[in-house]
Amino acid sequence: MSNVAIADQPDDSHHPKTFITKYVWSQDHKVIAIQYGTVAIFVGLIALVLSGLMRLQLGFPDSFSFIDPSAYYQFITMHGIIMVIYLLTALFLGGFGNYLIPLMIGARDMVFPYLNMLSFWFYLLSVLVLLASFFVPGGPSGAGWTLYPPQAILPGTPGADWGILLMLISLAIFIIAFTMGGLNYVTTVLQARAKGMTLMRMPLSVWGIFVATILGLFAFPALLVSAIMMLLDKTIGTSFFMPAIISLGEQTGYTGGSPILFQHLFWFFGHPEVYIVALPAFGMVSDVLATHARKNIFGYRQMVWAIVAIGGLSFVVWAHHMYVSGMNPYFGFFFATTTLIIAIPTAIKVYNWVLTLWKGNIHLTTPMLFAIGFIFTFTHGGLTGLFLGNVVVDLPLSDTYFVVAHFHMVMGVSPIMVLFAAIYHWFPKITGKMLHKGLGKAHFWITFLGTFAVYLPMHYLGFLGVPRRYYAMGDTDFVPASAQDLNASITVAALIVGVAQLIFIYNLILSLRKGEKSGPNPWNATTLEWQTENTPPTHGNWGEHSPVVYRWAYDYSVPNTLEDFIPQNIPDEAVAKESTTSKSRSQENGDKS
Amino acid sequence: MSDATIDTTKGIEGVVEDWSADKQTFGLPWGKLMMWIFLVSDTFIFSVFLISYMNARMTTTAEWPPTSEVFALEIAGQHVPLLLIAIMTFILITSSGTMAMAVKFAYEGNRKRTFQLMMFTAILGASFVAMQAFEWTKLIVDEGIRPWENPLGAAQFGAIFFLITGFHGMHVTAGVIYLLVIALRVRRGHYENKGYHIVEITGLYWHFVDLVWVFIFAFFYLW
Repeated sequence: MSNVAIADQPDDSHHPKTFITKYVWSQDHKVIAIQYGTVAIFVGLIALVLSGLMRLQLGFPDSFSFIDPSAYYQFITMHGIIMVIYLLTALFLGGFGNYLIPLMIGARDMVFPYLNMLSFWFYLLSVLVLLASFFVPGGPSGAGWTLYPPQAILPGTPGADWGILLMLISLAIFIIAFTMGGLNYVTTVLQARAKGMTLMRMPLSVWGIFVATILGLFAFPALLVSAIMMLLDKTIGTSFFMPAIISLGEQTGYTGGSPILFQHLFWFFGHPEVYIVALPAFGMVSDVLATHARKNIFGYRQMVWAIVAIGGLSFVVWAHHMYVSGMNPYFGFFFATTTLIIAIPTAIKVYNWVLTLWKGNIHLTTPMLFAIGFIFTFTHGGLTGLFLGNVVVDLPLSDTYFVVAHFHMVMGVSPIMVLFAAIYHWFPKITGKMLHKGLGKAHFWITFLGTFAVYLPMHYLGFLGVPRRYYAMGDTDFVPASAQDLNASITVAALIVGVAQLIFIYNLILSLRKGEKSGPNPWNATTLEWQTENTPPTHGNWGEHSPVVYRWAYDYSVPNTLEDFIPQNIPDEAVAKESTTSKSRSQENGDKS
Repeated sequence: MSDATIDTTKGIEGVVEDWSADKQTFGLPWGKLMMWIFLVSDTFIFSVFLISYMNARMTTTAEWPPTSEVFALEIAGQHVPLLLIAIMTFILITSSGTMAMAVKFAYEGNRKRTFQLMMFTAILGASFVAMQAFEWTKLIVDEGIRPWENPLGAAQFGAIFFLITGFHGMHVTAGVIYLLVIALRVRRGHYENKGYHIVEITGLYWHFVDLVWVFIFAFFYLW
């Protein structure tokens, strides 16, 4: 049986006519991407404010009457869940995945635009349900973003009445939204590529988003099932996760459930989730580095297989989050081994990024600064991961600020550095305007240096044994009084970094209104999204003719060509060559240049 | 457009060709691939349900009720274990057969036969859901089993039974609605120009729901 490939079908897309179908109920992947991105950045700012409030309490305890212990735990919980799921997952996959996949592979849109549109509206609904929990009696859940039972649904935990319900419902809606989008991304990458765009010619951004989406489709089911079961435990009194337990002096009706089961299910989702966030970041940073270093990415095939290997391994490491929960020592051995094996493909990627920069013609543009900053923060966070992956080293460090510092470096700051790099890099294509350079650089330096001011001291606090998730230290013998001074300095740094993000928001608004025109390809990049007929690309992306791809995505500084980049859709015959005389001259000069 | 159609080469070479191809990796309409990926994702949902069930059954301290006794029917004074479940399983597997025939007739362009077979499949599916409702009623009313308590033993028995069979029942119900919609569109000739891949895609979902039932049947009723 045969069928006609999408790339060979005539363009029979119906272009939207009215304002509503163009910008609100839009089925255009670019508009959906911007909708996703705007909502994600908005909730991200809320989570940023929450982290500032937490830091105020930690840095200057008892100075702020409106932060009581309940509020503090609610801030922690909402900060974590919003940042990990509603900001990072949504912005990387819903935002950049939607925008970049069709443009980078030369498709006119996702394969199922209507489902794509529904995906955004379900996402918006899940965000609204989550934010609604701020306004219900008892406030949002304060169970910590991991939502461990039994405490998550028992009285005494803030938000155990309404907050946790809304949280679980919101997560379930988010997963439905993600599934609708994710099916689209995977199918589009597999079935809707332009002529000549083989899998091994795809930009690494697409590879990262593609593998991350597959991880999401396999990992989110575990969260969905555990959310459903916990909802039933909470609402109708089943005992999936709830053991027989006495709460507030009274015997609850629960009997015989297993809280550890929840932890396994949660982390079976939770660990791949780290890579759902990290793999798109790996991919996008590769493209930014290659473009701004004017050099092909080092070891493209290794990079692809490293992404695939990390994705596969991420499903067999989950219990390293549970060393202190208690498990058979052989399991600890197994999970420690698999965890440390992940360091191999990850290290390959870091070496290749650095080798891409080696002898490159590095342009220190704002996106490049953020991309290089990412290499620093990610290496830093990755190395502390080696400490925590080992069972024996993990046990004393578990539940201290060392863990907080580690995961913020590796899956908080690092992906966000890439997000900034990506926004500065692709903003000209999305809007047709350049972002302001000076503001961008100020934003980078404050964020990058501030990050280390915040998280480096936290490692030290962790070694001291300062426990995380404590509202206040109280009287502890083992924590020296000087730890409080460090905490205060961390808070000051965190607030400065937080306020500095206003520069970014201001830059976005200013450049959108008055930014200089960017032209179609301001960075002289090779990938297809920079070769569109219009900037910003219109509905259908390519006008009359779909692009045809003749080369891989990284033809930068090819010897003996006039320009230092060859776009993917330029055939060999059309490449501007240096004349033969200058060619021989450049050969004589050899390596001297 | 001679290069527009893709031959499907067999064996290892076919795999290599698929993966190094431009335009599309698999020689399938995208809808079919999308359904396959969705089903893999859904497999993870049911796997997590079943693994949670096994975990609960092995760790719970209270006794697990003897399933063949709980799921028995009294017929004319005779005590027949697992009778209803056997009938339900038979019906669901039969419906897979009628669905497969519908796919065959759809590709042959026989709209009338396709419509009839899809409607028959939907009726079989609906009768499965009806029998499940009967079984639930029996457990709830006669045996007094609730999601939160179970007079016969472990409380998780009721909770997991209602959760998993309920979730599967929802899948069957959704499948019946899906079948009805597609069957009516087939009768109207909605797919004359687009081709009848959609019938096979519907069939994939339906076979998946049946296959999942086989696992639920094996792990829940026969264990």
